[in-house]
Amino acid sequence: MKNFESGLFVFMLAAFLGFELIKRVSPLLHTPLMSLTNAISAIAVVGAILIAGEKDASLFSRVLGFTAVTASVINLVSGYLITDRMLKMFKRREGDAK
Amino acid sequence: MSTTILELIYMASAAGFILALKWMSSPATARRGVLAGEVGMLLAVVGTLLRFEVVDYTWIFAAFLLGSAIGVPLAYKMPMTAVPQRTAISHAFGALAAALIGVAEFYRVTPDRFTMAALSMEVLLGFLTFTASLMAFGKLQEILPTRPITYIGQNVVNLGVLGLAILLGMVLVFDPTQTWLFPVFSLLALTFGVMLIIPIGGADMPTVIALLNSYAGLSASAMGFALDNKLLIVAGALDGSSGFILAVIMCKAMNRSFANVLFGAFGQVQTGTAAKVEARPVRSASHEEAADILGSAQSVVIIPGYGMAVAQAQHKVRELYDSLTRRGVDVRFAIHPVAGRMPGHMNVLLAEANIPYDRLFEMDEINAEFAQVDVALVIGANDVVNPAARNDPASPIAGMPILNADHARTVMVIKRGMSVGFAGIDNELYTMDKTLMLFGDAKGFVAGIVKELSAVHA
Repeated sequence: MKNFESGLFVFMLAAFLGFELIKRVSPLLHTPLMSLTNAISAIAVVGAILIAGEKDASLFSRVLGFTAVTASVINLVSGYLITDRMLKMFKRREGDAK
Repeated sequence: MSTTILELIYMASAAGFILALKWMSSPATARRGVLAGEVGMLLAVVGTLLRFEVVDYTWIFAAFLLGSAIGVPLAYKMPMTAVPQRTAISHAFGALAAALIGVAEFYRVTPDRFTMAALSMEVLLGFLTFTASLMAFGKLQEILPTRPITYIGQNVVNLGVLGLAILLGMVLVFDPTQTWLFPVFSLLALTFGVMLIIPIGGADMPTVIALLNSYAGLSASAMGFALDNKLLIVAGALDGSSGFILAVIMCKAMNRSFANVLFGAFGQVQTGTAAKVEARPVRSASHEEAADILGSAQSVVIIPGYGMAVAQAQHKVRELYDSLTRRGVDVRFAIHPVAGRMPGHMNVLLAEANIPYDRLFEMDEINAEFAQVDVALVIGANDVVNPAARNDPASPIAGMPILNADHARTVMVIKRGMSVGFAGIDNELYTMDKTLMLFGDAKGFVAGIVKELSAVHA
């Protein structure tokens, strides 16, 4: 039960931290923010790797793990790439626009 | 690798994610934020691969290859107008991953009660977010009808399915050996996801997408509890709170509550609200007239909406911006928080068309200044400039904060016809004396204005 308590504690702190950080994000960047958090939620890959790479796992478990790793990697790769692609487009006005 | 080192790697990874969000606060540092997020993810993946529990790499690397082969084109080939769809589909992938891991964990070892509680949370949120996001994708891609579909007793049925799923989840927590319940539980979660989105219409998508973002995060966090992994708990909590805040912002911008968005089936054909305004004449104008007025104005505010995205007009709008700026007209853009189909949708489109972001203004920044604006040019927006939100307490959008386009000296509205907006109500802005309706396709009409302006200039 000890892990449960410290887990909840960490969750609570992280949630408050999240609120404070996200409140400061300019509405200008809400779309890239969402694709960034999308990429971050690909952290599920950690659990997926543990399932897919386990010793003597059943085929059922391997297939689930494989699918989960694939789905997370799609998110991870496309999430970071598209966030960067979007952010590159945000430019200030130059001295004279062309 | 020793557990201590692994814990340290995971901690550094969590720090990377926190910095990533922190640096997203401004466009100047945002790309650094992406880098921090990438480093965090790399640490997490490498650290996990080196764990002693992981012995079989074939399936993992095959999945890495397959995932990258799908992910890279998804990021580069996707047009910016399709960003809402892409976001919805990636919520689906993320949630699916979390749910499947939960399923695998359940069948691997019989979990204790606490683990089972975390697992049922993970699987419930994961599966419902998976199907709900697929449905949202279908609606955004217009494979499915975008209008809300409602039937009598819908809310009772929906809540019944959710209630039953939660009940089964609780039974499983008390007795995790009842494995036969687990597939039923999963099926109910999948069904609820579909049913949740059926009554949601296009204009509510920004809120719903943000909410699904939050659920996907919370599901990952629940996984962290099940696997006793603090990195997952932290990353999931960050995502969860991010999606939640965005959903709250969207709700506020429409003056509605969560419950109203999820269960209110907004945007059905409204009957009996607001006495029907008798058909009033509208004034319309041609490309030439519009170009004349814009060219001789001192300040112009452009108000883009979903219609601009649909017509792919952002590049033509950029040409108009250039052409007017060259003539010394002060051109700004006013962005309503719920314009488009996801939070920040318009900003990304305008940025794609190379419009400098310091010309894009939020509603609160620019609303007080409309009275000093010569021309407010509305392109493909409707409800967000409807004065009924301010004036008519009986209106379905009463109390929704709007852009004060009607305070500008002249208002021009590019629109295909006189059809009503998403809320299904008349817009009195169109019949005001100072309003000129520019009937036509947004892209074509803006192109026409640009042509006239350059002809006069030459």
